[in-house]
Amino acid sequence: MFPPFTTQASSVREIMFKVLLALLPGIALYVWYFGPAILVSITLASLTALATEAVMLKLRRRPLAPFLSDNSALLTAWLLALSIPPLAPWWLVVVGTMFAISVAKHLYGGLGSNPFNPAMVGYAVLIISFPAYMTHWLAPQGLGQLELNFMQQLGYIFGGHFPAGVTVDAVSMATPLDTLKTQLHSAHSMGDILQMPVYGNLGGKGSEMVALGFVIGGIYLLANRIISWHLPLTFLAALFATAGAFYLFDPAHYAPPLFHWFSGAAMLAAFFILTDPVTSPTTIRGKFIFAAGAGFLTYIIRVFGGFPDGVAFATLLMNMCVPLIDAYTQPKVFGKKGEQ
Amino acid sequence: MRKLHTFHGGIHPAEHKLESSAQPSLRAPLPQRLVLPLKQHIGSAAKALVQAGDKVLKGQLLAAAEGMLSAAIHAPTSGTVAAIDFHAVAHPSGLPELCIVLQPDGEDRWLEHAGFDYRALPRDELLNRLRDAGIVGLGGATFPTHVKLNNAQHIQTLILNGAECEPWITTDDRLMCERAAEIVQGIEILRYLAQPADTLIGIEDNKPQAIAAMQQACAGSGIEVVVIPTLYPSGGEKQLIKILTGKEVPSGGRPLNIGVVCSNVATAFAIHRMVNHGEPLISRLITVTGNVKSPRNIEALIGTPIAELVQLAGGALEDANGYIVGGPMMGLEVTNAQLPVVKGSNCIIVKSDKLFPAPPPALPCIRCTRCVQVCPAELQPQDLYWFARAKNLGKAQSYNLFDCIECGACSYVCPSNIPLVQYYRFAKSEIWANERDKEAANLARERHEFHLLRIEREKQDKADKLAQKEKAALAAKAAAATQAQPIPSQPAQSQPAPDPATVSATDAVAIDALRAQVREIAHPEAKHTKE
Repeated sequence: MFPPFTTQASSVREIMFKVLLALLPGIALYVWYFGPAILVSITLASLTALATEAVMLKLRRRPLAPFLSDNSALLTAWLLALSIPPLAPWWLVVVGTMFAISVAKHLYGGLGSNPFNPAMVGYAVLIISFPAYMTHWLAPQGLGQLELNFMQQLGYIFGGHFPAGVTVDAVSMATPLDTLKTQLHSAHSMGDILQMPVYGNLGGKGSEMVALGFVIGGIYLLANRIISWHLPLTFLAALFATAGAFYLFDPAHYAPPLFHWFSGAAMLAAFFILTDPVTSPTTIRGKFIFAAGAGFLTYIIRVFGGFPDGVAFATLLMNMCVPLIDAYTQPKVFGKKGEQ
Repeated sequence: MRKLHTFHGGIHPAEHKLESSAQPSLRAPLPQRLVLPLKQHIGSAAKALVQAGDKVLKGQLLAAAEGMLSAAIHAPTSGTVAAIDFHAVAHPSGLPELCIVLQPDGEDRWLEHAGFDYRALPRDELLNRLRDAGIVGLGGATFPTHVKLNNAQHIQTLILNGAECEPWITTDDRLMCERAAEIVQGIEILRYLAQPADTLIGIEDNKPQAIAAMQQACAGSGIEVVVIPTLYPSGGEKQLIKILTGKEVPSGGRPLNIGVVCSNVATAFAIHRMVNHGEPLISRLITVTGNVKSPRNIEALIGTPIAELVQLAGGALEDANGYIVGGPMMGLEVTNAQLPVVKGSNCIIVKSDKLFPAPPPALPCIRCTRCVQVCPAELQPQDLYWFARAKNLGKAQSYNLFDCIECGACSYVCPSNIPLVQYYRFAKSEIWANERDKEAANLARERHEFHLLRIEREKQDKADKLAQKEKAALAAKAAAATQAQPIPSQPAQSQPAPDPATVSATDAVAIDALRAQVREIAHPEAKHTKE
């Protein structure tokens, strides 16, 4: 044995488990507002992730038990499932998860070695390869033209067909962010748009509550010191500041900052995606730069880009910068503070 | 109330102090055999002055300090030198070291000894006596005390380290409880040597009894007992200085650079015994704890085998499986109970799987930076680990590897259970080995180059002489030919025969200059790195 002979009882497994736990309030609210279909995609993603992880470990001749039980593959699976529409053919989430685990994680060296957030890589692959499926989001309960029951949803997910006379457009709708973009193009004013039934008090109806669920989970993670405040707060502040600047400049064409906070994956990104330690900087100053960049890019991509949300690409772009950020933000060590 | 400062990071491991701190200390009886390594301190090994078969008295000098950085070794009791031989010692390398093995005669008869008035002695003489009494820092680093104090005069702050931050260890605690007045007498000698403006004793707040005892002993002396919060590693020299003064020892520097000298309370006690009673450093207080029946502190002769001390602590319990020499954070695991305790041994912890379970297998680093949050040196342990693993030694050095104090806080919090400190030690020793190799290669090359130069010069000399001879012969011939008066020959003889001593001296200077030249040409960067 090597010193120290005593250690704090904490493990990667426990850390990842607590992050999974912190996702539960958001997931519960998701089910409440959008129905149980999300549970199907989470289950599918989890099973795919574990199977892919096992195969990749086998191929890489690594021990199965310690890595399969570290909960990291499950976390990737859950984050990806939460990022894509629940009402989609089963293979969509399976392909995304397989790519995330095999390419984005294991081909780079597995746990701890991947430069990009695997869930966001999975998302990016899906939105580029299957954009049509990625825009059909479930309408919050009470808002869709037609509502499918759970069995009908399963029929579509696994069988690929809707009940007679139902089309995908009838049961799904664009996200609040997407709606905003298209409505602005048709020259509606911001005030009118936000009065539409798809919008709630802050962001989209239902989705704003899910975002609130993620905030609750985030607070749990902060309280348990699983994550530090630097990344989430800086990200939210940067998003708020960018959105606020545009909003002040032209309130008729730019949504208020709180709208951006509670729409899309902003809260999920702030507390669960950017905070992935493997793909974020290790220095404090680096965390500020990384999260501020992600917040700024998220806004720019959302408002000026062609994708429904900007979180995934903003994250991946900033992931790319992490080694550089770390190298240039090394803090002064003990006894070297006076040096230039 | 003195304003306390904080250092970055730190951890709160389970203290386990109460097991051994409540018991009064015990004086160990004479052991069967004493094994005294010649190197129990930082620096070069002491030079043995005795031979196998010699009869020695208690306190007699057995081995003298050798070189600038060294300390003497004395007989802990009277007896016969059984052997001077290689013996296993508690050292991470596991290599045996040269030791004096002493067979006690049971009489424990002292060499004639007496205290002396240190104020009557010149400073140098007092320091020499510290050296000859084998006094080294007893906090664990075993740095020879006379060297530490050599340039320490009129300093700002003298700090006595009574923090004892590592779990399980309670020797300083017990010593302060039981020998407070004597420690203060030792501190007075340190004050006399260093003439500090302030004298502070730092003690963690988990030792209320020791704090009370020291406060009472220090009353009216101008020595201030400062109670500091319990936080590992506040007993690290640099950390304690930061807490008490707010100043940081510069990277690669010594406390003296910022006007501070730091010494352990046990060292002060040893200085007192030496100066006021004439006793060299032959025993120390050791905590024997962990998986034993009655954990306690034991005053043991240096060289006593671990096994005998464990017996005095009631013996190891059934599921014991080895020993830790030192604390659980920075100590060394050993299995051989016959290893001797040395001057730096402050604690022996008997292990068991229950007390010290083996860590689960290490997982990859996930860059969670828990290590960064606790590192008292403010390093980036995860980066150092990465570089050490990749043997990217240059990068490790530029990320301040050598500022690591190996306190183990990073490993303690690592959720991936990576033995981080081992990686840092490995990287450090690789760098040292590389530097030694480089030095040796440089020396060899210089020698070779000089050798070639000398051959060249000898050749030149020979050629010159030959030319001169021929010239002389030619001149003589010419003179003979003109049949004139022969010219008195003068050439070579005109100079007096050079004194061989001066030749070699001038040559030596020339050689040195040449060496320096060669070195500068061959390694323009060497000068740089040495600074």
